[in-house]
Amino acid sequence: MNLNYKIVCDLIEKKSKVLDLGCGGGDLLDILKKEKDVSGLGVEINQDKVLEALEKGLSVVQGDLDKGLDEFQDNTYDYAILNQTLQSTKNPEAIIYEMLRVAKKGVVSFPNFAYWRVRFYLFFKGKMPKSKQLPYEWYDTPNIHLLTIGDFFEFCKKRNIKIEKSVYLTKNKSRSGFLIRHIANFFSQEVVFVISK
Amino acid sequence: MGNENYAETKIYKVNEPLKLKSGKVLKDVKIAYQTYGKLNDNKDNAILVLHALTGSAHAAYTNKKTGKKGWWDDMIGPNKAFDTNKYFIISSNVLGSCYGTTGPTSINPETNKPYGLDFPVITIEDMVNLQKKLIDFFGIKKLITAGGSMGGMQALEWAIRYPDMVKSSILIATSARLNAQGIAFNAVARNAILTDKNFNNGDYYDKETPSSGLAIARMIGHITYLCEEAMYQKFGREFKDAPSFDFGIDFQVESYLAHQGKIFVDRFDANSYLYITKALDYYDPIKEFGSLEKALEKTNSRFLIISFSSDWLFTTAQSKQMVHALIKLNKDVSFVELESKCGHDAFLLEFEKQTKIIKSFLRG
Repeated sequence: MNLNYKIVCDLIEKKSKVLDLGCGGGDLLDILKKEKDVSGLGVEINQDKVLEALEKGLSVVQGDLDKGLDEFQDNTYDYAILNQTLQSTKNPEAIIYEMLRVAKKGVVSFPNFAYWRVRFYLFFKGKMPKSKQLPYEWYDTPNIHLLTIGDFFEFCKKRNIKIEKSVYLTKNKSRSGFLIRHIANFFSQEVVFVISK
Repeated sequence: MGNENYAETKIYKVNEPLKLKSGKVLKDVKIAYQTYGKLNDNKDNAILVLHALTGSAHAAYTNKKTGKKGWWDDMIGPNKAFDTNKYFIISSNVLGSCYGTTGPTSINPETNKPYGLDFPVITIEDMVNLQKKLIDFFGIKKLITAGGSMGGMQALEWAIRYPDMVKSSILIATSARLNAQGIAFNAVARNAILTDKNFNNGDYYDKETPSSGLAIARMIGHITYLCEEAMYQKFGREFKDAPSFDFGIDFQVESYLAHQGKIFVDRFDANSYLYITKALDYYDPIKEFGSLEKALEKTNSRFLIISFSSDWLFTTAQSKQMVHALIKLNKDVSFVELESKCGHDAFLLEFEKQTKIIKSFLRG
């Protein structure tokens, strides 16, 4: 299992109700159903991905996160997940508020743009960084709101959003808990946060 | 080869009068149906498929006499979307139609003549109530319902009306109610029939039939089933031959519509067209329950809703209205808008993607 999925899976309690925002082909939701017996719904904009998710027998609705989550009632889910999705939304602030409105907790993961290799890439090559996490060219990337771990901490602090857990990923290793933020920001490729209001 | 499955229409005679939404009562009601596959011992593998405006019970397999395949033959059969190796599929003709189920062409027991316009106005709810009697006849307590267009409305009505019976609902290219534009097209179609010189107030069964009115009604229907792009792809602005400089049929698209109208009058009844389009227009659970959420509140079924991008008769926005209401109610729903250039007709044509989706949904 992909490490990111494993970490998200470990963070979710058994039998909870999950809303996976930007669920793609439903790989994560499928794992959560099998491993954690969750009941869940996925939202995905891409038709082919919706079909992939449906083929896994998941409940998924085609929809555009950038149009809001008006149809979802307050506090309906235990978790709303934005797994590698936040950086490609048009209005990340609105979607974070929305996820915390419809769910008790939010799980947010994204590639860290302050990872040292990313910094060095930009510094030495003078070009938009590309890596396994960031495979796109500047002109065709869906990642229109790239951010860093430091940015996300600041974002949450200003809005009184609690960061309950943080798991930092580098290559195939993960570390959780409260590392010194600047160090985490420098050495982590990716991060998974659990947030709440 | 040689393994062709043949379709067989059966008739179930309902032994009690059918009470209609209008308050009127129909006696001696018959329902024409076909089945595919086998009902299991638990009687829990049934799928009721529901046809659209001018469909019949012949949803799958081949008609032995005409060699024609059913309207959803691509979707129903061994290893198809509705797999007859697993499921017992029931397809019945709707109330008011002219393919074996009681309708305006049937003999009125009071007069011993065809009903014509003495047939009471019927609704989608009445169609479903009659189907319920057929399901009861089979002793089926739990089922899955599936349909496109008007068939989707019936599937929706099943979920609303019989929440304890319906396990899953597959609603394709449909909506909770027709929009004003849809009603307008139906009104024009009915006017074409009502003003035909042969209409004779619906009493034409032993005379010339209102075939030009019915043909125009069908032509209007066909315009709404296609979309601009489909028409462009099929016909463009091509002439049949050269411009005739008179008012005969010049363009390919005219020729197509004329042909569709012509073949339709041989297979459908004008009165049935009036009754069924009226039932379509009337259906409105949103108004009846106060809101779509209230209408869907008691449903217990898993919903699969499919719309088509180029369908402007039953739009994606209307599908989404149902999806959003179900999400609000915290019901189990899946939704996909399939890309298609076929307009509303897509639900009868784009079967590859639908097969994938429906198969996995039924497995899930």
